[in-house]
Order: sequence, then structure tokens, then C-alpha cells
Amino acid sequence: MSAPAPASFLFRGRLLPLALLAPQLAVTLIFFYWPAVQALYQSFLREDAFGLSRHFVGLENFADVLTDPTWLQALWRTILFSTAVAGLALTVALFLAVQADKHIRGAATYKTLLIWPYAVAPAVAAVLWLFMFHPHIGLFGRMLNGLGIAWDYKLRGDQAMLLVIIASAWKQVSYNFIFFLAGLQSIPRSVLEAAAIDGARPMRRFWTVVFPLLSPTAFFLLVVNLTYAFFDTFGVIHAITQGGPGKATETLIYRAYTDGVMNLNLGTSAAQSVILMVMVIVLTMAQFRFIERKVHY
Amino acid sequence: MATLSIEGVTKRFGATQVLHGIDLAVADGEMIVIVGASGCGKSTLLRIVAGLEAATSGRVLIGGRDVTALEPAARDVAMVFQNYALYPHMSVFDNMAYGLRIRGLPREEIARRVREVAEMLEIGQLLSRKPRQLSGGQRQRVAMGRAIVRNPKLFLFDEPLSNLDAKLRVTMRAEIKRLQRQLGVTSLFVTHDQVEAMTLGDRLVVMHEGRAVQVATPMEVWSRPADVYVAGFIGSPSMNFLPAQAAGGGRAVHLPAHGLTLPLPEDVRLPLPDGQAVTLGIRPEHLRPGEGGLALRVELIEPLGGEAVVHGRLADGAGLVVRLRSDALPGDGLLRVVLPPEALHLFDAATGRRLAA
Repeated sequence: MSAPAPASFLFRGRLLPLALLAPQLAVTLIFFYWPAVQALYQSFLREDAFGLSRHFVGLENFADVLTDPTWLQALWRTILFSTAVAGLALTVALFLAVQADKHIRGAATYKTLLIWPYAVAPAVAAVLWLFMFHPHIGLFGRMLNGLGIAWDYKLRGDQAMLLVIIASAWKQVSYNFIFFLAGLQSIPRSVLEAAAIDGARPMRRFWTVVFPLLSPTAFFLLVVNLTYAFFDTFGVIHAITQGGPGKATETLIYRAYTDGVMNLNLGTSAAQSVILMVMVIVLTMAQFRFIERKVHY
Repeated sequence: MATLSIEGVTKRFGATQVLHGIDLAVADGEMIVIVGASGCGKSTLLRIVAGLEAATSGRVLIGGRDVTALEPAARDVAMVFQNYALYPHMSVFDNMAYGLRIRGLPREEIARRVREVAEMLEIGQLLSRKPRQLSGGQRQRVAMGRAIVRNPKLFLFDEPLSNLDAKLRVTMRAEIKRLQRQLGVTSLFVTHDQVEAMTLGDRLVVMHEGRAVQVATPMEVWSRPADVYVAGFIGSPSMNFLPAQAAGGGRAVHLPAHGLTLPLPEDVRLPLPDGQAVTLGIRPEHLRPGEGGLALRVELIEPLGGEAVVHGRLADGAGLVVRLRSDALPGDGLLRVVLPPEALHLFDAATGRRLAA
């Protein structure tokens, strides 16, 4: 059936629909496309630190970035960081969702409380963790030191990494939790009952029936979490470690910021942003392609 | 294969009592159909036997072993669900093999048994498909296959035919009966459909408001319903009920609204004083056209082909349904019917229980 577009039923001309779309289009164009195009344009230029002169250098900025060993280290570090954040956030959320899906007293309260952290801004979340794990004033930081563990994330890179991973994952757990819980609740009860009658004990039921049926949700969340860890954890890192100590917690997004804003190296920073943009496009495409195909029902 | 005993099973959800003490003994290889309107507790009873719900009190014994406290996994029963409950992410083969794999059977034996049962159910060519690629009837067969392949002590059917279209339902009904006979596995079959109940069951359990009101063979339930509820529930169209009084020293009934006194068969004597209120029941197919009975103003005729169902009203405004051969249909909108004495059912007007008749 080849029906005409529904819009032609509702509107006579093109002017009114365009006018109604204009605010949203304006926001998208001004705040998303313009900066993106600017970054693309900048990435082909080299500019002095005072912005007095600029000249076209072609792909030289990209070549510089991709051959810079410190950038490649940051790339590797980001992959490590993102995998850890996504892995931790997904595992914890899945565990909590499975618990919340059981018939327990006060389940509603429990679910509501678990959703709250998502409303906390990344920087605020970071400050929260900072206060807990600060080696001198933090409750847990002091406790760890009291137990004889040399805890100081300001000196030790591995500890700094651990802290930003936990703080970043903590914020994402709520989001994952909601999706996992919805996924669990959409599994028909009778399917689980059939498995129970077929002789499967709870653990086996989880791994052979529940988990496979959750896998589309899990994959969707994996991509969302990786995207989050790649791009949205700037606030957390900025508030806790500023990429330090040394460069121990400097991820790609933080490096683009340092090079561009702190070092005023606009060309290289723009090139890094463009590379990140390509990554996010690839991730999103993978997500859409997979979601269309990998549905069990 | 095993016997099943249900002893004094009750179930309470909070303040609501859904089962008031059910007792049932099922013989080895018997097919019992639990029938009743929705909300009568029939599914709850089945789920208690399966172990999916815990009974508030009472015991369930399978093959003489008390399974009341056991998990579903330990009861060795198989269940066919209304929505089939196939594992959506597994192929038909894996769906059927799932329970066998859990039992740790050797790979070759699993493959052999699945193939054998799949052939029996004519789904051998579907083994590599996923449930979403199957039609409703095929899913139904897979669900049956998953139950059969396990070779359990007990089959439990929870309204397995109600999601199928009418024609397929009749086919599958016959097939379930044939398979159950062939395999000889003790079975409980829950349904709200009285035709399914009549055709499938060796015996019926008619449930009403959490009680088993009658446990008997389908023919006995039809010909000697235990109370007004069973009488009205089994049979289509439903039995007609008319208010009446005992008369003639318990050898007749009087219908005061119609000035009619009907003699009862020779061997029947009502244990009631004359004038005591009774409910007279008669099935639509037992009413015959003829003089000397009730006069019926015809309101609606539903032709069924060889027969027709006539809906009408009596002089006092009460409705009456008559099932007639099509060639006996009234022409002028008025129909006179007689009530053969041997077809009368008499119930106590106060309790609804069947009286000696």
C-alpha cells in the first residue's frame, strides 16, 4: 500500500509545518551541527596560540594525532576505562534488577531509590566519591589508610583509575537497572515456569532462559554504556583527578579538552574531536543495525 | 505413569479463599478434566499439583509419594501452557531437548527421543525453526512434544486449546485424546469449555467457587447433574429451569404458573411434602412439540442446519429454550411443547442440590 505521507493530510502548505519544526531545527543546527562543522573545519587548520594567524594544513593534524605515542596511550587507556565502566555498571545493574524483580517486601521503594543516582550530575557524583575516598578527609580513604593500605589516588595512578571507574559506573547503574528490570518483566512468567517444570533450578534458569532473552537489552546497554564512558565521563574525571596523576586517568575526551582549552592547540584538538565523532557514529550505527536484527520475539 | 491423589487441598490468597478443600483420586492412566467458569479455582488447583503454587493446607501425592513440599523440578510432571510458553530463543529441537539435557541424558539418546516424538506429532521438519516462525497449531504441537518427550509421571494441561481457532481446536482435541490413550499417561486437563470437557475426560471435575461440585463421568454429569450449577453449566444450550412444587405425595410436580401437573416416572418419589418448592430442570433437546404441555411464544429461531434452537417466552414471561429438528419448526409464532417425565431433573429450590430423580 502506497499511502501519501500523513503530513499532506494535516497541512495544506509547507510553511506551517516548517514553522512548527523551526525551534527544534534551530536548536539542533546551532548547538549540534554548527560546532561539529566548526570542529571539522578547524581540524584542517593550524592556528597560533593567540588566534592571530591560521593556515590550511590538510590532514597533517590527523597524522600528528594518530602517530603521537601519548595519544595512542590515551586511546588504550580509554578502551580499558570504558570496558571497565561498562562491565561494572552492567553487572551491578543486572544483579540489582534480578533482585528487584523478585517478590520482596518494599520492592517499590527499593526500585525508586535505585533510580535516583541517575538524576545526580556527573560532577556532583564525582565530588561525592571524592569526599568519600579523599585520603585525608574522606571516610573510606582514612579507613583504608587506617587498615594499612597506602591509599592516595592523588599519588597512585592505578588507584585514581579505580576511583574514576567506580564513580562513573555508579552513575550509570541506575539507567541500566531500569532497562534490565523492564527486560526482566517482559519475559513471560509461564516461560520461566515451564523451565522450572522442565527441571531447571534457579541458576540454570537464569543462564539458559533469562539471560539469553535479556541479551538484546544487554547489547543495547553495552553500546550506551561505552558511549557514556567514552564521552560523558568528562565531568567525573575533571572533578576527581583532572586526568592525573601524571596522565593516569587522561581519556581521549579529557585529552581533547587539555590540548584545546588548556594548551590552546586548536587544530590537534579539533582533529581529536573529529576522530571521537567518527567513533560515536560507528558505535551508534552498530547499535541500530544490531537492534533491528537481534530480537528474539 | 502414576496415580495422583489430592487430599483436602485449600488455597488462600490473603483474605480470599480460592479453594475450599479439594479431594480427588486419579487412577493410573486416567484423563481427568477440570472444568468450570473463570475464577472457579481450576487453574490454581492445577498449579498446586505442578508445584508452581503452594497449597495453604492439604497434600498432593504422585504415585503414592507425598510431593507437597517439593519443587516443580522434583515432581516429574510436564505441563502444557495456554500460551505454550515455548523458549523463544531456542529452536524447536532445543525446546524439546531442554528438560532431557537437564537430566543429563546422553546426546544420542536425546536426539533419538526428540526425533521420535517429533515424528509422532508430525513436526519432524520443523526441528530447526524458532517458535516465532511457527503457526499457532505448530507451537501447540511443540508444547505437547516438549511434555511428551520427558516421559513424565503426569501431564498437566492448562487450557491448551483456547488460543487456537475453532477448527484447529477440534483437530487438536482429538489428537490430544488419541495421544493420551496411546501413551497412557495420567493427565489433568483444565478447561472452561464444556465440549472439550465432555469429549476429552474419562471423568470430569466440575468446579464452582473453589469447590468440586461433581466428580463423575461426562455422561453421568450430563444425565444426573449434582446441582443446579452443574446442570446449567454442562450442556448447550443450557438447561431450562422452572419453579415448581412437589405434588401427589412426591409422585408428581406442579407448575403453579401454568396450572400444569406432571407425573414423575414410576420409580421416582420426592422426599418432600406436597407444596414444597422445587426447581424443575429440562434440557432444550428433551422438549418435544405436542399438545397438553406448555405454550411458548417464539421470539427467536437460530437455525443450526438439521436442527434449530428456538428461544421463546411462556405465559408468565419466563424464558424457555427448545432444540428441535428443523422440519418440526412452528410456523405461526406459537409453539406447544410437552415435558417427558423421564427427562425431568428436580432440584431442591433452597439448596440447589439434586433430588431423587
